[in-house]
Amino acid sequence: MRIRAAIIGSGNIGTDLVIKARRSKTIDPAWLVGIDPASDGLRRARELGLQTTHEGVDGLLPHIEKDKIQIAFDATSAHAHAETSRKLRRKGVLVIDLTPAAIGPYCIPPVNLKDHVGKREMDVNMVSCGGQATIPMVAAVSRVQPVEYAEIVATVASKSIGPGTRQNIDEFTRTTAAAVASVGGAKKGKAIIIVNPAEPPLMMRDTIHCLTESDPDVEAITRSVHDMIKEVQKYVPGYTLKNGPVFDGRRVTTFVEVQGLGDYLPKYAGNLDIMTAAALRTAEMFAQEIAQGTFVLEPTLD
Amino acid sequence: MDLKGKKVILHDMSLRDGMHPKRHQISLEQMIAVATGLDAAGVPLVEVTHGDGLGGASINYGFPAHTDEQYLRAVVPKLRRTKVSALLLPGIGTVDHLRMAADCGVGTIRVATHCTEADVSQQHIGLSHKLGLDTVGFLMMAHMVPPEQMLVQAKLMESYGANCIYITDSAGWMLPDDVTARVGLFRAELAPSTEVGFHGHHNLSMGVANSMAAVEAGASRIDGSVAGLGAGAGNTPLEVFAAVLDRMGAVTGVDLYKIMDVAEDIVVPLMDHPIRVDRDALTLGYAGVYSSFLLFAKRWGEKYGVPSRDILVELGRRKTIGGQEDMIEDVALDIARERGLRGA
Repeated sequence: MRIRAAIIGSGNIGTDLVIKARRSKTIDPAWLVGIDPASDGLRRARELGLQTTHEGVDGLLPHIEKDKIQIAFDATSAHAHAETSRKLRRKGVLVIDLTPAAIGPYCIPPVNLKDHVGKREMDVNMVSCGGQATIPMVAAVSRVQPVEYAEIVATVASKSIGPGTRQNIDEFTRTTAAAVASVGGAKKGKAIIIVNPAEPPLMMRDTIHCLTESDPDVEAITRSVHDMIKEVQKYVPGYTLKNGPVFDGRRVTTFVEVQGLGDYLPKYAGNLDIMTAAALRTAEMFAQEIAQGTFVLEPTLD
Repeated sequence: MDLKGKKVILHDMSLRDGMHPKRHQISLEQMIAVATGLDAAGVPLVEVTHGDGLGGASINYGFPAHTDEQYLRAVVPKLRRTKVSALLLPGIGTVDHLRMAADCGVGTIRVATHCTEADVSQQHIGLSHKLGLDTVGFLMMAHMVPPEQMLVQAKLMESYGANCIYITDSAGWMLPDDVTARVGLFRAELAPSTEVGFHGHHNLSMGVANSMAAVEAGASRIDGSVAGLGAGAGNTPLEVFAAVLDRMGAVTGVDLYKIMDVAEDIVVPLMDHPIRVDRDALTLGYAGVYSSFLLFAKRWGEKYGVPSRDILVELGRRKTIGGQEDMIEDVALDIARERGLRGA
């Protein structure tokens, strides 16, 4: 049984998610919600047979029961998320938040997806593209030994980020830094984002620096990093270790590249892919719980 | 060239851009000595923060001797006439840092983005403008796009609330005609009330000549650094430019002998190495690479046995931009591996 889902936001992320979700065995993307009738994303979704509205989340609400929508992906903006999420949860819809609003708990699938099982959370946050690409590497170090400080540098192609991310760049750095610490397992986290306009566009690149509390265990950390790369590759095949782990005193640094599948934006937009792939993987885990009856969705009134 | 009677605001960078060659280790006492010296010399504006702006403290760019807040709280109250500015790069610093700087008494906020990415600065320029601060949009690596393309970005920053837009030659790549074309276009197309500024690096020894071209084309604010203390081969040496402007009859309000003395007696003695156009700094200007990459290229070049010049040229080929210091070690590792060297 596929659980029916709605995707809110018809920009780059929402449109890519439509394409990926259509391949899912457990999620059935039924609706795409936008605010611009001329949006390319809405047009494509209609061609693929999805229901669409350009009246925002309010245009979707009357159809939720009839169309049995149980999960919604919010790919709008951090500012809009709180209101969107409230409206959906009142109707008993579980919200996967792809904005950096971060109302709900963070989910980085290879690190803490299983922690969300049985928690009955109705709003789960996917941190940021930079967070999805880097936090697994922080966790790969912190599961070996304590990390005093972790810092990530995410470099994305200018063409791969839309106006929402640009206007909310502070939310990106704040939310990512917070999750580098809380999910990555570092005592303190910092995040830096660089937007590079080079042509042809560059692949998403991420550098992950960790300062371990004591001298790093070179062998164990190297093994852990390579294992974690394989975990991420299960849902983002183009996630590769370019250099490292480099050991320099207590500094452990890994350099990764994220190549996308090229579903909506070209392959350089690995930042888009890792976000949508992680969100879908998270939704699939919840869909399984819902289908098994171990997670009964109920309206929430906060 | 006729600059007679032109009013030019000189903005000193030694306590911000100068943090790069000092690996962000300038002491509070040194900051106060330089800033009060510049105050006595009549320099109207000095910038104080980590070299990469507010929030730059990091593994990637270097941890400073003190926090931005400690530097600002130490320097601002000591100045009588000189005002203090703070730099902020969206993606590194946030509006929280901006509010902190404003609380410390900073009068000017300069929001820096790559020359094609002005729309990441809306939150920060907007807030600075709302707080009633002198708000500058700072378009970096300005040599990488044609003037017309850059103008679109300048207009965005102007629309967010910036009252001054800078053409920032972060790589020290430009020649005077490149400066004239950009400043001239900005002066013609931006609102008359919007000031135009120029920030040079001296990697091709063009700092002074480029700044003269900028003033001639209509720039009213020029960045420089006393004794040239800045990234790469340094910024436009401010005391030299002040002397040139004085000779040409332009008006700066700066006491030439006093600023010369600050350069010679205070700034030169605190340098860790001479700021000059060495082989690597020249490569920055020649290949169009971000000036603060200099010391990182030397460091990783040494560690991995790769000539720093080769690293810088490769960084230029990869079209890296400001802030991508993480790519320097990455490139060094790539080159070392290609050449079968140790450690990679």
